[in-house]
Amino acid sequence: MRDLTQEILELVRLTSTNLSPDVEEALQKALAQEEPGTAARGAMETIMTNVEMTRRNSTPICQDTGTPIFFVRSPDGWSPRELGEQIRNAVAHATKMTYLRPNAVDSLNGKNTGNNLGDQHFPTIHFEEINERPLSIELILKGGGCENVGAQYSLPDDRLQAGRDLEGVRKCVLDAVYKAQGEGCAPGFLGVAIGGDRGTSFVASKEALLRKVEDTNPREDLAALEERITKEANQLGIGPMGFGGKSTVLGTKITSTYRLPASFYVTVSYMCWAFRRRRMIVQDDQVKYE
Amino acid sequence: MSNNLTIPISDDAIRCLHVGDSVLLSGIMITGRDAVHKWLADTFIKKTREPVGDDLEIYRAIKPILNGGLIYHCGPVVGGLDTRQYRFVAAGPTTSIREEPYQGDVMRHFNLKGVIGKGGMGPKTLKACQEVPGVYFHAIGGAASLIAESVKKVMGVYKLDFGVPEAIWVIDVKDFPVVVTMDSHGNSLHDVVKQQSKVVLERLLA
Repeated sequence: MRDLTQEILELVRLTSTNLSPDVEEALQKALAQEEPGTAARGAMETIMTNVEMTRRNSTPICQDTGTPIFFVRSPDGWSPRELGEQIRNAVAHATKMTYLRPNAVDSLNGKNTGNNLGDQHFPTIHFEEINERPLSIELILKGGGCENVGAQYSLPDDRLQAGRDLEGVRKCVLDAVYKAQGEGCAPGFLGVAIGGDRGTSFVASKEALLRKVEDTNPREDLAALEERITKEANQLGIGPMGFGGKSTVLGTKITSTYRLPASFYVTVSYMCWAFRRRRMIVQDDQVKYE
Repeated sequence: MSNNLTIPISDDAIRCLHVGDSVLLSGIMITGRDAVHKWLADTFIKKTREPVGDDLEIYRAIKPILNGGLIYHCGPVVGGLDTRQYRFVAAGPTTSIREEPYQGDVMRHFNLKGVIGKGGMGPKTLKACQEVPGVYFHAIGGAASLIAESVKKVMGVYKLDFGVPEAIWVIDVKDFPVVVTMDSHGNSLHDVVKQQSKVVLERLLA
């Protein structure tokens, strides 16, 4: 099996330092919406300057390079165990190169390992074996500020008057955006999962973030809900950094997953404006980055 | 238009600042976040634990920097760890609200003129801002490489055993761009935005 450590290192570098085009386009639109001379506009201008600078200098967009979350889809012939080793080596190397901040902290004694290698959950690697080629590895770097404002609701929720339907989902998501205020580094992107158990629901909400910003949900009802939530979240007026303004949420992606009769979770993963996610595809000898 | 402020900052200069003001900060400050605030509060303010090891030495070293100075809520990416020729590679603010249990007491204890962070803080810190007096300076979250450019020199580091993000980095900054979002007159932009968005939320959920 081919050693992809160097290619995965490049994936990490790209993800940390070079914002993907669909996210940048969404940020440009947000900037244009904010009134010149406002703190919101100033924040967006600073954000765009930083995005250009990090691409040029190959330095991290944000100092919180987050939890590295990998999604690996591998056809026959690729050993998940070996790919996992290569990913971990690439992550440690990327930390040495200052593309990543050392972020793996022992929860009991507070010690930072210094190389982003913790236990089997850090970095997080999700494997899926697939029938067809090619091999793809996707990476999200998810910072702590936005992870901390993620939320999970169990419906029905009496406080929100939210029942087990899409209207109930809408109420939960808007409540989560309100509670986040600017703490998740607005303007943000929302990954929402309906259903699952508590754990799978959070994983699914992060998988939803892998979709392109501008794509449309193939399910009409969810597509309509995504659009409505984005529009209404922006009416909250929280704005960039919570300074007040027109851009609070730049995209909503909703997925649903099977649940128990007794459970109905709505899980919101909030992604900051520094929405760092990239994909590498390995086809024959070629490695492509998206 | 931006105000230029150099550390140490006088009480008068603090009282002249209002919510919405843009400021360029220069001078020597320290970074400090979760581990540092808990350590300061437990060891020197609430005194629920005895100082051990280099605790007192560090306390004496940072006290003059904090008197009239600032703490930056930041866990940087730092280059030169092998050679100890430290440089800040990326250094945006971290979310400040986690320091709400400690911040007001830390401000009073050290005569801190303010903190730099993101996301704003709560009523305890706002009260301390009125008493000390001090302000909350909001930096742009995620603009990490841009902010690192305003860090001209890393003067030193304490408590590196807390880990790189949690250590106390002593830095010399020039024209660090921030916005005042909580002032010494009891005003908080965060309270205003929260209140306004709550009214909208209630309408949307009705």
